[in-house]
Amino acid sequence: MNFWANPIQVTADWLMGLFTGWGMTEVLASILTQLLGIVVMITIMLVIDILLVWIERKVVARFQDRLGPNRGGPFGLIQPFADIIKLFIKENITPAGVDKVVYNLAPILSVFSVLILWAIIPLAPVIIGVDLNVGLLYLVAAGAIGTLSIIMAGWSSNNKFALLGAFRQVAAMISYEIPMVVALLIPTVLAGTMGMLGISEAQQGMWYVFLSPLAALIFLISAVAELGRTPFDLSEGESEVVAGFHIEYSGMKFGWFYAGELLHAFTFGGFWGILFFGGYHFFGLENLGPLVAAAIVLFKALIGYWVIMWIKYTLMRIRIDHMLAFNWKFLVPLSLVVLMVTALLNTLLRDTSTWVMAVSMFLSNVLIAWVVIEILRGRSRTEREKVESPAQPVVEATH
Amino acid sequence: MTILFLITAVVILASAMMVVTSRNLVHAALWLVASLFGVAMLYAQLNASFMAVVQVVVYIGAIAILFIFAVMLTRREIRDKGPGLNKNWGIAALVSLLTFGGLAVLLSNWSGFSQPSADFPSGFDAVGALGNALVSPDAFVLPFEVASILLVAALVGAVYIAYNPRSGDNRK
Repeated sequence: MNFWANPIQVTADWLMGLFTGWGMTEVLASILTQLLGIVVMITIMLVIDILLVWIERKVVARFQDRLGPNRGGPFGLIQPFADIIKLFIKENITPAGVDKVVYNLAPILSVFSVLILWAIIPLAPVIIGVDLNVGLLYLVAAGAIGTLSIIMAGWSSNNKFALLGAFRQVAAMISYEIPMVVALLIPTVLAGTMGMLGISEAQQGMWYVFLSPLAALIFLISAVAELGRTPFDLSEGESEVVAGFHIEYSGMKFGWFYAGELLHAFTFGGFWGILFFGGYHFFGLENLGPLVAAAIVLFKALIGYWVIMWIKYTLMRIRIDHMLAFNWKFLVPLSLVVLMVTALLNTLLRDTSTWVMAVSMFLSNVLIAWVVIEILRGRSRTEREKVESPAQPVVEATH
Repeated sequence: MTILFLITAVVILASAMMVVTSRNLVHAALWLVASLFGVAMLYAQLNASFMAVVQVVVYIGAIAILFIFAVMLTRREIRDKGPGLNKNWGIAALVSLLTFGGLAVLLSNWSGFSQPSADFPSGFDAVGALGNALVSPDAFVLPFEVASILLVAALVGAVYIAYNPRSGDNRK
C-alpha cells in the first residue's frame, strides 16, 4: 500500500509487523500500536497548543494595535517555549486546606476533556481516531467532563472567589449546552448521521453553513459561552472574583488550565469547520492526499479559532442576568425553531435537487432571521418607550 | 474482554461503596460520578454506544452536577457529623444482598447469560434502529410519549413553584 494514500494504516501495519517480529502476540502488538497512535496524536495536539499561545498573543496584539512578542527568535517564535519552560520550573504551591486529590485531578480532567475530542475529529477520510456513530453526542459528553473539572477546581481550592467563579462558569456552561445540542442536531438532520465522518462526507456538494447559517451562528455563540471567553467571561473579573476557578493554581497546574482553554477554543474552531464548513472538503483539494486533507481541517480550525479570538478581543462582556436571559429567552427558542424548520424542509425536499434544497433552506433561514429581528425591534421599542415616557405618578400606589 | 469487564465491575462496586461510606458529601458525589462513568464503560463494552454517551451526558453532565450544586448551596458544613450507620444497616444490607441474589438467580436461568455479546452485522445502524424503535407504534412510542408528558409536567410544576408573582418582575 502506498504511504501517501493511507499514512496511518501503513505505519500501523509496519509497527504491527515489527512488534510481532519481536515475538509479541497479535493482541499485545495491536494494543501497543494503538497506544502509540494515541500518544503521538496527543503529543501533536500539545505541540500545536504551544504554538497557539504564540498565535493568541500575536493576534491580540494586532487587535490592540501593538506588535506582540517579537524579541525571542524570528517573529517571537521562541517566546511560547520560554513561557512553557517558565511554567514548568515555577513552584507548585498547594494552599492550606485544599482537598488534595480533587485539587490535583481538576487540571488533568480539564485538559483530558479537550484532548479526547480529537479522537473523533476526521482529519481526512483515512485519518480519524474512531468514527463513532454517536460522534456529536460524544462532543457533548466531553463537555460534561469539562464542566465537572471546573466545579472540582472551584470547590477543592478552599477559596470563596474560586467557588463563585466556578458557579458562574458552570451556570453558563450548563445553560449554553442546550442551544449547542440543538444546533448540533441540525447537521445531524441534514446528513442523516451523528458520525463525524458521515457529516464531513455529506458536505461534499454543499457546505452546511449555506444550508443553515443560523445554526452555524448559534453553535459559534454557544461554543464561545462554553469556553467562558468574552463576552461570556463572567468567571473572571479583577474587582470581583479575581481569576475565577483557577485562582489558587500556580505553575504548570495553572498552565494546564490555560493550555486546555486555548486548545478548547482551537478544537471548537475545528468542530465549527467540520460541521458547517465542509470538514476536509475544499474545492477538490482534499483529493491530493490525506495529509493535504488534514492540513485543510487544521487550517479551518485555525480560521474558526481566529473568529473566536476576533469576538473575544472586540466585544465587551455582558452582565450575568443578560447572559442567562439571552440564552433562555432568545437562543433556546430560536434554535428550536430553526431545528423544526430544517427538519420539516429536509423531509419535504428530500427528493429534489441539491440546489433547490440549498436555496429554500437558505431562504427559510433568512426569513427566520428577519422575523427575529422584527420581534427584537418591537421589543426594544416598547422597552425604550417605557424608559423615555414621563415618570408615572407614583402617588396612586400609596393609597 | 473479561479482564476489561472485571476492571469495570471493580471500579463500579468500589466507587459505589465509597459513595455510601464517604463522610464528605462532595466526595460522595464525586465517587458517584466515578461509579456512573463505570456504568458508561459497561455500556460501551456491550456495543451500546448511544447508551454509553447518554449516560455520561445525562448522569455526569446534569444529575451529578446538580447533586454537587445542591450539596454546596444548601449545606453550611460539607462534612457529615454523627455516626455513619444507623440502626437499620443490618436490614438494608440484607435487602441489598437478597436483591443481588435474586437477580443473579434470575439471570443465571436466562439462556443468554453465559454467551458473549454478539457483534452487530456490518452496516447495521444501531442508533438509527433505536431511533426508529422510539417512534414506531409497534415498539416504544407510548412509553416514550408518556415519559415526555411526565417531564413536561415536572417542568411546569418546577416553574410554578419557583415563580413568585410579587417579586418576579424586576423591571417595575
